[in-house]
Amino acid sequence: MSASKTGPAPSDRVAIGITFGNSNSSIAYTVDDKAEVIANEDGDRQIPTILSYVDGEEYYGQQAKAFLVRNPKNTVAYFRDFLGKDFKSIDPTHNHASVHPEEANGVVSFTLKDKAEEDAAPSVLSVEEVSTRYLRRLITSASEYLGKKVTSAVITIPTNFNDKQKAALLAAAAAADLEVLQLISEPVAAVLAYDARPEAELKDKIVVVAELGGTRSDVAVVASRGGLYTVLATAHDYEFAGFALDNVLMDHFAKEFLKKNPGKDPRENARSLAKLKMEAEQTKKALSLGTNASFSVESLADGIDFSSTINRLRYETIARNVLEGFNRLVESVIKKAGLDVLDVDEVILSGGTSHTPRIAANFTNIFNPSTTILAPATTTTAINPSELQARGAALQASLIQEYEADDIEQSTHAAVTTVPHVTNAIGVVSVSESGTEVFIPIIFPETAVPARRTVLVAAPKAGGDVLVKIVEGNTHIKVTKPEPKKAAAGKANGSNSKAAMVEDAGESGDEGDESDFSDDSEDEEKREKVWKIGATLAEAAIRGVKKGGKVEVTINVTADLTVTVTTREVGSKGGVRGTLSA
Amino acid sequence: MATTLVSLPLPALPEGWAAEKDFKPVGKLTKDSAAQRAIEPVGPHFLAHARRARHKRTFSEDDRIQAQERATKVEVDNDSEISEPEDLMMLQRDAKDWKNQDHYKVLGLSKYRHKATEDQIKRAHRKKVLKHHPDKKAAAGRTEDDNFFKCIQKATEVLLDPVKRRQFDSVDEEADVEPPTKKQLAKGNFYKLWGSVFKAEGRFSKNHPVPQFGDDKSTKEDVENFYNFWYNFDSWRTFEYLDEDVPDDNENRDQKRHVERKNASARKKKKAEDNARLRKLLDDCSASDERIKRFRQEANAAKNKKRLDKEAAEKKAIEDAAAKKEAEAQAAKDAEEKAKQEREANKKAKEAAKTAVKKNKRVLRGSVKDANYFASGDASPATIDAVLSDVELVQAKVDPEEIAALAAKLNGLKVADEIKGVWVDEVKRLVDAGKIKETEVKAFKA
Repeated sequence: MSASKTGPAPSDRVAIGITFGNSNSSIAYTVDDKAEVIANEDGDRQIPTILSYVDGEEYYGQQAKAFLVRNPKNTVAYFRDFLGKDFKSIDPTHNHASVHPEEANGVVSFTLKDKAEEDAAPSVLSVEEVSTRYLRRLITSASEYLGKKVTSAVITIPTNFNDKQKAALLAAAAAADLEVLQLISEPVAAVLAYDARPEAELKDKIVVVAELGGTRSDVAVVASRGGLYTVLATAHDYEFAGFALDNVLMDHFAKEFLKKNPGKDPRENARSLAKLKMEAEQTKKALSLGTNASFSVESLADGIDFSSTINRLRYETIARNVLEGFNRLVESVIKKAGLDVLDVDEVILSGGTSHTPRIAANFTNIFNPSTTILAPATTTTAINPSELQARGAALQASLIQEYEADDIEQSTHAAVTTVPHVTNAIGVVSVSESGTEVFIPIIFPETAVPARRTVLVAAPKAGGDVLVKIVEGNTHIKVTKPEPKKAAAGKANGSNSKAAMVEDAGESGDEGDESDFSDDSEDEEKREKVWKIGATLAEAAIRGVKKGGKVEVTINVTADLTVTVTTREVGSKGGVRGTLSA
Repeated sequence: MATTLVSLPLPALPEGWAAEKDFKPVGKLTKDSAAQRAIEPVGPHFLAHARRARHKRTFSEDDRIQAQERATKVEVDNDSEISEPEDLMMLQRDAKDWKNQDHYKVLGLSKYRHKATEDQIKRAHRKKVLKHHPDKKAAAGRTEDDNFFKCIQKATEVLLDPVKRRQFDSVDEEADVEPPTKKQLAKGNFYKLWGSVFKAEGRFSKNHPVPQFGDDKSTKEDVENFYNFWYNFDSWRTFEYLDEDVPDDNENRDQKRHVERKNASARKKKKAEDNARLRKLLDDCSASDERIKRFRQEANAAKNKKRLDKEAAEKKAIEDAAAKKEAEAQAAKDAEEKAKQEREANKKAKEAAKTAVKKNKRVLRGSVKDANYFASGDASPATIDAVLSDVELVQAKVDPEEIAALAAKLNGLKVADEIKGVWVDEVKRLVDAGKIKETEVKAFKA
């Protein structure tokens, strides 16, 4: 937003959504309120965040990635995370096979030859400059696709980007002549992409967004309350990510190659290693779609060609450690948010690594069966996880592009965004079939106020006078200990899972859910989420309800926590209204 | 937010429950029951939240205002196309003369012109067709009256084809803004008048955004940018629309080619004329643009300031040098004069000293002579000689000051013994000081 005091007028804007990732980037735009991801001139929708210079010519995306094998000295990759950081605090692991980052003038920089002249001195480019050049290419691609000069964009950023990193990104975008309408956090962009689907209904839900990327995994717990999103907890992991899966495959095939050609380890030669990595990534992608994938590299080491195949089960077995790491990551962040897996209504898998079917399958085992896991392997209607963030950004761009930059800035100011969130649920008491009191939540915990919710509750069958009791409520996890004889079956359980494994091996082609990794706790104890009735807030009476009538209860909580309760019989006039001022 | 339906029934009202207006407040929410968190500024519902928060509206107020806004919007949309009155002359137009017709006016879009969107054109077309369809005229008793309907169809055909629309827009004089006359400019409004001219011309630009003309406060950079853009203007304007009709193939082929050539050269000529026109426009505008004058003056002033500064610095340097030289010369002269004076003074002093010494020596010699060479009666030549040689000796050995002191002591003394005593003392002092050896002394021995 700070990018443009001189930005284009809202009517002249051409706004797109940009996901500027560490491994891959995407660009998206909206047509008729539907987001579409733009394919660049190479036809890629996930554009590798790589720049390469050959004889003074600049290549980016997939073409630049191919140069990691032949021209690693002039190819910059994985630089997004260095933006706005000190040289001391960066992790250059992933840049081993490309230009190494170094410190120049106190900023992270790369030294490479970007000029055509043979004897030209290598240029020292700051990470900001590299980002500017890369963004410029993205904008050019988008402009060519749209036939209009792209002027503005919404860019997604990880939730742990600090102000300095944001400033560096804004500066890089400004240098690329791009007005940044807003920076939005990646998990929220993914939630927005799903919530903007026409079939999506507005619900109060807890969403876990697992963004599994190429070099990092970020998981966030987001409370979606009436379309307002609040991030409750986040976790960032730099171990369990796409590259770890690549490494597993690389090691696997390198060992296989070594077996055939003793003494020739392709991992010892930089070029062979690059080829190995490139092909391992392709194989990994193929394994996400099919159950078998081939791996073949010409002249892997010492001019020896190598070709092999792998099936998905084998892959999942050797990658088990990494795959299970994702489970732990998700579980840890739910715990950090002070929630239980049972509280989660929806899990969104985002990022390229989410294509891996095993990860989604593992998640179905962690979560309640009623939890929706939104991943291509589990839901046919899932949006391509690689495109989620760009779509969300494009949707946000289309929403705010008609506003003045000042307006956007004021609306995103902390004074507007920081609001109280109720900690306890507010609801009404109903009677269950067995005659006990049951809590019916109307306003869920972690709802941002001001909030207004309405429920319709049935009246007793006979009608008559009814009591509307407004109470606070809370959840707790009820653990039912298993019957003693079931506990004895623990051993049998172990053999069960072995049987399952055999079965699984038998039908290795299946994408089935049964697995040898599933935790057996389900069988051991039953866990449920139960609402507990807390303090009573108010009571109201509706008199003379008709037979089979319904009662509408509306609760309105204002920003100063004043509660207004309005209740009436559906179809009748008047009703009861009362206020509890805080 | 969809309303959820709960099937579990509410409890029946207990016996004896009563409250004022059937509502009994029991508890309330406190600060502890809420935590401050930041909501993500993303999504349509956040925009609604921000709108409510910034305008301090409650949910129901916001609902009402939003509904109102939506409602008025629909009305404006409906109004826009039918608001334009139809000119009677226009309705009488001959459809065959479509080249000269104002297509936008026919469709009632003359206030939008080149800015009309495709959607607007389609809707306008539909409105006009509904009104002017020949069948409707036939129902009103006027058969065969499809003239204006044909005009509408032609206008839509031209405006919905992007190529034809550009050709028409190129020669759409209605959208031109005449450059302001001197008379108009005399009233002020320079920026507004020229600004609208260039805004209208800007519709032909291939490059966007077209820089704004700006106003009195525009920066130098903006103004330069503006003129650079316009002097290098890349226009899509073409003049095909004004072509002469090319005869059909089945007529004379040569004739056809001739017309085609003629058209091509006419287009080229018109394009060149148009470019020249724009250039003249720019020249006229820039010639009277106060900002350029101001910037030039400022630049000149800046340049002059530099030059003047430099000149002043040089002048000062020269003056300083001259002053220094003069001062040096003065100092040298002073020193010389002083030296001369000193020399003269020295000379005088020396001469005075010499005369004093001579005088004193005379006193000394006179003293011994007065004392008759310390001899009673006539002194022998030897005595005289001895005394005088001693006097000579003392005189030679002592400074002029001592001579003066000695002369002062001797002056006035008449008694020979006293004179001798003085001399003896003097000789003794000199012998003590080692200036004279005792052996040299002849007469003044103690």
